[in-house]
Amino acid sequence: MDSFFSRYRNALVLTIVLLAQVIGLAVQVRRPGQAPGDKGGVRLIRAWVVGIVSPPERVLHATGRGIRSVWMNYFDLVHVRQQDQRLKAQLDQLRLEEASLAEDAKQGQRLQALLGFEEKYVYKTVAAQVIGSSGTEQSHVLFIDKGSKDGIAPDMAVITPDGIVGKTRDVFGHTSQVLEISDATSGAGVLLQQTRIQGVLRGNSWGQPEMINVSPDDRIKKGEPVVTSGGDSIYPRGLPVGTVDRVSPDPDGTLVNVLIKPAANLAKLEEVLVITSSGSEMPASMQQDLSEAQQRASDILAERLPSRTDPNAPPAGANGQPQTTQAADGPNALPTPPPKPPAPLHPDRYSSSSMLPATDLVPGQRLTVAEGSAGSQSPAVSPNSVPRKTAPESAHHANASAAADGGSASAAKKTVPNAGDADHSGETGAAHPKPKAEPANPEANPASEKPSSPADTPPNPGAPSNSPQGRH
Amino acid sequence: MALMASSRHEVGGYSYPAAVYVLVPLLALGLQSLLGLHFAFFGLADLPLLVTIYYGLAKREPISATLAGSIIGIAQDALTHHPLGVFGISKAVVGYMAASLGVRVDAESHGTRVLVVFGFTLLQTAVLYLLQRHMLGQPYAWHWVHELIRAVLNALIGVILFALLDLSRRPE
Repeated sequence: MDSFFSRYRNALVLTIVLLAQVIGLAVQVRRPGQAPGDKGGVRLIRAWVVGIVSPPERVLHATGRGIRSVWMNYFDLVHVRQQDQRLKAQLDQLRLEEASLAEDAKQGQRLQALLGFEEKYVYKTVAAQVIGSSGTEQSHVLFIDKGSKDGIAPDMAVITPDGIVGKTRDVFGHTSQVLEISDATSGAGVLLQQTRIQGVLRGNSWGQPEMINVSPDDRIKKGEPVVTSGGDSIYPRGLPVGTVDRVSPDPDGTLVNVLIKPAANLAKLEEVLVITSSGSEMPASMQQDLSEAQQRASDILAERLPSRTDPNAPPAGANGQPQTTQAADGPNALPTPPPKPPAPLHPDRYSSSSMLPATDLVPGQRLTVAEGSAGSQSPAVSPNSVPRKTAPESAHHANASAAADGGSASAAKKTVPNAGDADHSGETGAAHPKPKAEPANPEANPASEKPSSPADTPPNPGAPSNSPQGRH
Repeated sequence: MALMASSRHEVGGYSYPAAVYVLVPLLALGLQSLLGLHFAFFGLADLPLLVTIYYGLAKREPISATLAGSIIGIAQDALTHHPLGVFGISKAVVGYMAASLGVRVDAESHGTRVLVVFGFTLLQTAVLYLLQRHMLGQPYAWHWVHELIRAVLNALIGVILFALLDLSRRPE
């Protein structure tokens, strides 16, 4: 027996080592539905290895960063002034765009609140340096220099300003492991921005992210942006993911996989942001930024627009437009003023400059359209003439008197004087009337002030109306 | 090119300072993790594998090479999100075979080293494929050209690395 063990000692040791590791692998493999995360012993081994390997990486990374910083900040400063001027001009342009987008954002919030969508806003992020990787092609993970002591927890979204990177997986004291979206075991809910096709994103075996099991659709084109859908409860909705690279057929043949070119450069990551807190309410800082952006945009516009008392400007014609038709070319030419609409032949209360300022309007007050007020600068609508009723309220009254078989819309038109262009509300029935010709100030019309108020819900003919006009 | 060991000197093993046994694998793991972040092609290289092969060829003791391969492989697994043991098993096999082969071939020759590293890189890839694809059920991309490039790159890096590690050895 001794001779057997001594003769096959090497092979026996190899067999025992392999068997032990195979058993260890079998123990670690998770069944579907099992909670993610490593068990105690495995986690301990990972923590030891990461604890040993990451400090030298951190030092090397900091050293390289310092050398690069010295070079960038003290030597490589050629063309910085020109770049600064170009960036300032670009910043002005972006502020203008931001102001216009702010209105869309507010409108989007109102509509989302109306439809019950829950938008997630990023409240707090932690910036982290990428200090290492797994070092193998089979595992697309990164190591960052922030851990549980910095508020990081597993399954937090990791992003860059360009797009999403992945999510945190194992979190240690001062180091965290980030599973990239290019890994085959990752997963993220994504959405094609134009075609609104939803899917699950994961990495293929070659390390490229792809939307799997998508129904074939001819509308999916190369270059279409892909954003997060928010359905995975990890990535906030609307973050950029990348663009469509190509569509490849699924091995089964019935579905397709959409290969994505990631927006974030996953091959060269240095700094990332970990989203540690998010919620459904827009943070106060973002609201302030929006209002400030609008203010700044108005200042920029005021600087860019020509002066009102331009001595070189041609005399204005009767309709307010300059009489000259010569093209303003040359380096000193002033920008062309925005065209004004011609004066209406038969003005009504929807005509430009025919409405009183919103602050002067009183709910329920009658307004009158003065005939022959075309071109006049004074308001042509006088109070106490036309009953100011919005289509929803009219439809509400119409519902009370007309049959519910679609006649409510026509009844609404009959109820509202001059409601000729409020016909869109009648097309969808009285259930979702769209208020037309709202005053600029919502306070002037309490019924349309709160979109989620009962005035926006399908009216109940039997229910008493709470609107001011309803009580008249 | 002398493939077979022809003298007792060639068959005899070498010893290394104790610090080398600890620091070199750790350095290999750290460099692999760090350089893979900045150089995409470095994902093809496998420094821990090269260290395992070198120890196997130099020590020529299958048991110690098996254990060294297991420990280095498990440490490499710890840096991934895979279960511990995938690289551990593959490097244990490679270490054992490298030590067994080191007794029979002249491991001092650069040509031999190139061929040995080339072959063991392919062997490790085959074991990894077997484990990940058929045992763990995870996707594993296999492309012959890719794997051949990986093996050639590791063989070239191995020649340089082995020459550097030779500087720290002393005859037993």
